[in-house]
Amino acid sequence: MNVTALAVLLGVPLWALAADEPFIITLATRAAIFALAGVGLNLALGTGGLVSLGHAAFFGIGGYAMGILASHAQAFAPIMEAPFLIEGTKSMPMIWLVAMLSSALAALAIGALSLRTSGVYFIMITLAFGQMIYYFAISWPAYGGEDGLSIYVRNEFPGLNTLVPMQFFGVCFVILCLALLLMNAIHKSAFGLALSAARQNETRVLSVGMKPYNLRLVAFVISGAVTGLAGALFADLNRFVSPTMLSWQMSGEIIIFIIIGGVGRLFGPVIGAMIFILLEHTLGGLSEFWHVYLGALLLGIVLFAKGGVIGALAGREKAHD
Amino acid sequence: MSLIELKNVAAFYGPSQALFDVSLSVDEGEVLALMGRNGMGKTTTVKVMCRMLKNSAGTVQFVGQDIGGLPSYKAARLGIGLVPEGRRCFANLSVFENLIAAARKGAWDFTAVCQLFPRLEERRDQSASSLSGGEQQMLAIGRALMTNPKLLILDEATEGLAPVIRHEIWEAVAKLKSETGMAIIAIDKSLKELGQVADRAVILEKGRTVWTGEFGDLGPEETDRYLGV
Repeated sequence: MNVTALAVLLGVPLWALAADEPFIITLATRAAIFALAGVGLNLALGTGGLVSLGHAAFFGIGGYAMGILASHAQAFAPIMEAPFLIEGTKSMPMIWLVAMLSSALAALAIGALSLRTSGVYFIMITLAFGQMIYYFAISWPAYGGEDGLSIYVRNEFPGLNTLVPMQFFGVCFVILCLALLLMNAIHKSAFGLALSAARQNETRVLSVGMKPYNLRLVAFVISGAVTGLAGALFADLNRFVSPTMLSWQMSGEIIIFIIIGGVGRLFGPVIGAMIFILLEHTLGGLSEFWHVYLGALLLGIVLFAKGGVIGALAGREKAHD
Repeated sequence: MSLIELKNVAAFYGPSQALFDVSLSVDEGEVLALMGRNGMGKTTTVKVMCRMLKNSAGTVQFVGQDIGGLPSYKAARLGIGLVPEGRRCFANLSVFENLIAAARKGAWDFTAVCQLFPRLEERRDQSASSLSGGEQQMLAIGRALMTNPKLLILDEATEGLAPVIRHEIWEAVAKLKSETGMAIIAIDKSLKELGQVADRAVILEKGRTVWTGEFGDLGPEETDRYLGV
């Protein structure tokens, strides 16, 4: 099932390349990026049981990291000159590093405070932090404010022409695969098992000498960094970043990818993002109210297939494959 | 020096006082039977030892250190291993995952635990939720051992299990005592089985220590008066 999902995600753009349908490649790239964001959140939500409604903050921070660095590089204007010089860059690896570091730092600050709460309070506090950053971006005229920030060139990756849709898809696909490998390793590590155990029984985890707060904070930071990387790629794909990337609707969409595919399933977000993009493309072409159908699908999954699409097809025993 | 020592401990659940004056100590290599009828404060005393419940009066010392201000995970790191009442394994994890999730460096590793409980090796990749009650209990003991504790606390370790499984678990406890010299506090309703491993006994009555002594000194008067057997 997992191999099939990756094969479909890789096969569709290859077919589109042969059929000269670059738009389909862009859709597949979008799916890969959304899947990456979902893979990030899935560590916190699926393994850690942390329902974060503020992950769009990390997605947006990653996007703005790209936007700010690229716009300064484009304008040949330094980001700051004193006390030390920081210049913009068009180098994708450098942008990814900055996006991940800044998202991880934000996740550390937000997580350190919000993880002191649980349940509905955790959901509300992450939502509040997310909205705080959203409104900050709206009122930040230096980088476009409400209108957002356009980047006129695609950033560079050594040895590739990232303006070619298939090559940019390849970059996103490889990053998604690396993130899946990382999450698989985390899930099987003592840390991942302890995180999962903390979700099931916090008191028991304390009694064997582990502090659930620390486990969750580390997971939240890793989760934020991966989602931030997805944000940087998304901004690069659109060559545009705006406060919409930081909105609570975006957080909701990332959660939807996970629920559709299967919460806590490694490939859940991949399948969820692919289905989401498919529905957005097919139903969105039929009606502007396509979210109604998406809502009906979600209801069906929540009521009848609690393990998501993977759970319905593979059964509950294989929850973490 | 005692491994763990409680002196005149009192503790509350909200406004209700559960412990009034509990004192006990366990030396290295010693097995202590903590006894008393239901509701007399045995599990509450265990919670105080593991720092899951704060004592409002008295002192709790572990290896000579006052652990009164420590959170439970730090007490566990110092070397207090708990096998809780009701087992409560991590249901979604496999046997192997349950064990390595809690592992800390030391003599007790997966191989050593499987030597003590060979069934766990056979069930290595099976989900904890699919184990029998006895196997779950073995897993709970194994999980506590994987933290390489200095003191192992068994709270009703054989409750609700079939006689054959109870026998297997008590044999393992006896092996722990004879081969590793691990200090153990055991809570159980079976005097006969406790008697096979316990060196000393402490009896609690209404949140107070009412009897302390060699297990062999427990006479009919004490068992009848405090334990109702």
